[in-house]
Order: sequence, then C-alpha cells, then structure tokens
Amino acid sequence: MDVANPMVPETRRVKRVIRETHDTLTLCVEPGDDEAERSFAPGQFNMLYAFGVGEVPISISGDPGKPRLWHHTIRDVGTVSHALTQLKAGDTLGARGPFGSAWPVTASRGSDIVIMAGGIGLAPLRPAIYAILAERDQYGEIVVLYGARTQKDLLFSKEFESWRGKYGVQVRVTIDSAGPYWKGNVGVVTTLLPRVRFDPAHTVAMICGPEVMMRFSVIELKNHGIDEKNIHITMERNMKCALGFCGHCQLGPTFICKDGPVFSFDRIKPFFGIREI
Amino acid sequence: MKTLGPLIAEHPFFKNLEKSYLELIVGCASNVRFDAGQFIFRQGEEANQFYIVRQGKVAIEICPPGQNPITLETISDGEILGWSWVIPPYHWQFDAQAVELTRAIALDGKCLRNKCQEDHSFGYEILNRLVAVIGKGLEAARIQLLDVYGNQSKR
Repeated sequence: MDVANPMVPETRRVKRVIRETHDTLTLCVEPGDDEAERSFAPGQFNMLYAFGVGEVPISISGDPGKPRLWHHTIRDVGTVSHALTQLKAGDTLGARGPFGSAWPVTASRGSDIVIMAGGIGLAPLRPAIYAILAERDQYGEIVVLYGARTQKDLLFSKEFESWRGKYGVQVRVTIDSAGPYWKGNVGVVTTLLPRVRFDPAHTVAMICGPEVMMRFSVIELKNHGIDEKNIHITMERNMKCALGFCGHCQLGPTFICKDGPVFSFDRIKPFFGIREI
Repeated sequence: MKTLGPLIAEHPFFKNLEKSYLELIVGCASNVRFDAGQFIFRQGEEANQFYIVRQGKVAIEICPPGQNPITLETISDGEILGWSWVIPPYHWQFDAQAVELTRAIALDGKCLRNKCQEDHSFGYEILNRLVAVIGKGLEAARIQLLDVYGNQSKR
C-alpha cells in the first residue's frame, strides 16, 4: 500500500498456493520487487485486487511472526474471489492494507482463551492462535471450537494435532452433516462448549463465522458465565474503501473497515442482529 | 469405585432433586457399556430407557432407503441420550449407535414414566428437566437447518 495514497494498491506476487478444501485455497503472497515488508496484527485484513476484475477484503490467515509472507485463505464464492483462486505461483495481484482492528491477543495474557470458529471463519482467527501459541506460557487453558458444514469443508485440519499435542490446546471439531465414515462430532459448534475446560470468570472469547452462528455462540458463552466485554467478534459488511470514507460498511455509528472488523461484543451489541441494518 | 447414587445426584440433569426422588431414580438405574459400532437402539423399537453418557460418543442416525446412514448429531460425555421414552407411542424415532466405546447409565424409562403418572410433582420435575434437553436439541437442529456455512456465508 502506498502510505501517501492508501487507495493505491501495491503489487504483490503469489509465492505459493495451498489447496485447503474443494473450494478454498490459501494464497501466500510476498512483496513485489519494489515493495516493503509490512507487518500485521491478528484479525486484520487486506484489500486484494484481481487485476481487471475487482477488489475484495480478505483476512490475513498466516503467522504474524512471519510478516513477509501474507497468507490469505479464500473461498471461491464470487466473481473476484473466483479470479483470485485462479492465481498461480508467480502471478501478481494488487494489495492494500493491512487494515482494521485486531484480536486482543496481548491484552488477554493471563486469561483462558476460547476461540469459536465457523466455516472459513477459522482463517481470520488463525493468526491469533499462532500469536497465542508463540507465547503459550502467558495463557491458561486454550480452547479452539470449530464447526464446518461437512468433513471436506474443514480448514487447517492438519494443524489440529500439533495444537493439541505440542501446545495442549483443547481442539474440538464438529460438522453439520456427516456420512458413515466420520467418527467425530456432529452438531452445531455451540454444543461443544460444555465439553471443554475453562474458567469463565477469567476467559476471553474470540468468535468468527457467519453472523447467525456468532449470535448463538455469544448467547452460549454468556450462559456459561463469560462477561460480554470479554467476548470479541469480527463483523463483515460490504467493505469497499477500507478507510471509512465511502460508508458502504457502516453499521450504526461504526465503520466495520475502520473501527472493526474485530469488536468487543459490548460495543457492537446495540447494532448486532438488527435486521434493518 | 463410585456407586450410581452419587453419580446420578451430581449430574446436572438431576440437580436439586429431592432425596426421595433421587433414591427412586437410582433404583431404576444400571451401568451399561456399548462397543464401537454397537447399536443402542433402532428406529421403531420400543423406547423404554434413556441414558446418561458417562464416557464415549453416540451417533444419532437415520438411514434413508438405499443410502448410507446420515448422522444427525452426536451425544458425548455427560449428555442425555433419548427422550422418546416419555412421548407416546414410546418408540425411538432414530437409530443410536456407539461411535466409540461408550459407558453410560441406563435409566428405566417405563418405570419412571409410570412414576411420573402416579406422582405429578415428580413428573413435573422430570419433564421440566427433559424439556430443557429437548429444547436444546430443537434449537441445534434449527441452526443446522440454516446451513450457515453454505455459499451465502462468504468471507
């Protein structure tokens, strides 16, 4: 991103493409020849520009400790995302960012952490998981609850064993629909909450997924005794400029791109779930 | 080894239940185990028991004709399995199959529903607790029906 003109994208090069699922992949992009390395905070996003097609906001899904290579996990669901998922190693794309607020990773030191993700919502949370695991001894219990549609839609599943085994993370996975060969959990992600250990009075929760899933997750977390100021969610609206200029992503008095996408629930609560906005 | 009495008394489903009622329930309870793959009940069979899963995992399944079974939900440690024992005509609506070695407390539903009929205070206590379990299941099923992770939820 040109700091003098944040509307102008920088050129970035795709170094590697990781096929994650049948419709989702991760682009690992590095700075172009004349571009600088740019660090990011967990939860932030970039505006990715598929040349000649359009620009979309995509969360950064990689390790904030390795900021040279930005990972962007993209699901092929629209015109621009489809164009981005067609890129190969060596191709270029435009990028502006990083933008937006971050998960409260350092502010949560000393607490238990409950991470709830649904579908591709695990991608924006993965940098937070990496950052927490990088200083594992600073946190208490770490819980990752992940729900997806089917087994073939599960993201990053190869990493779950390392999170469990190496870092003692309580990882629980559930899917909505299962065939005869699935031996894991079936049901909505909120059903996993009673099956894990954490101290609600000293827990910070981070949720990302479809808004309906986040709504029910917040209710369950509160039922388990977590204060809503300790619940953080990431919101999505129609982000265009990413700078709070255009107003497309306005939600009540906030702009998702500039004030969010990560909010503490007590802040966004008055506008959360109102169907008119 | 703990007897069934304390295990039942400590379970959230029976929290704050009168001692005499707890004793009655313990009298209707037994320890059971199911190996992985073993059916606990099958659709259409008489529903005369329900279970508190102590350890393991149970899949609630339906098998459409000519197709593989579909798992609708799984029940794990500490959760209640089965409510058809309290709803006429007392037949299971789905199959329940142990996904892994599962240990559970089986409760005699036939005995308990007769007792509910005789003693409405006891019946209220049991149904009050069971409605919460059914409500949670219904809520979860509705969310699953939304297919929230489908293509409409793009990021």
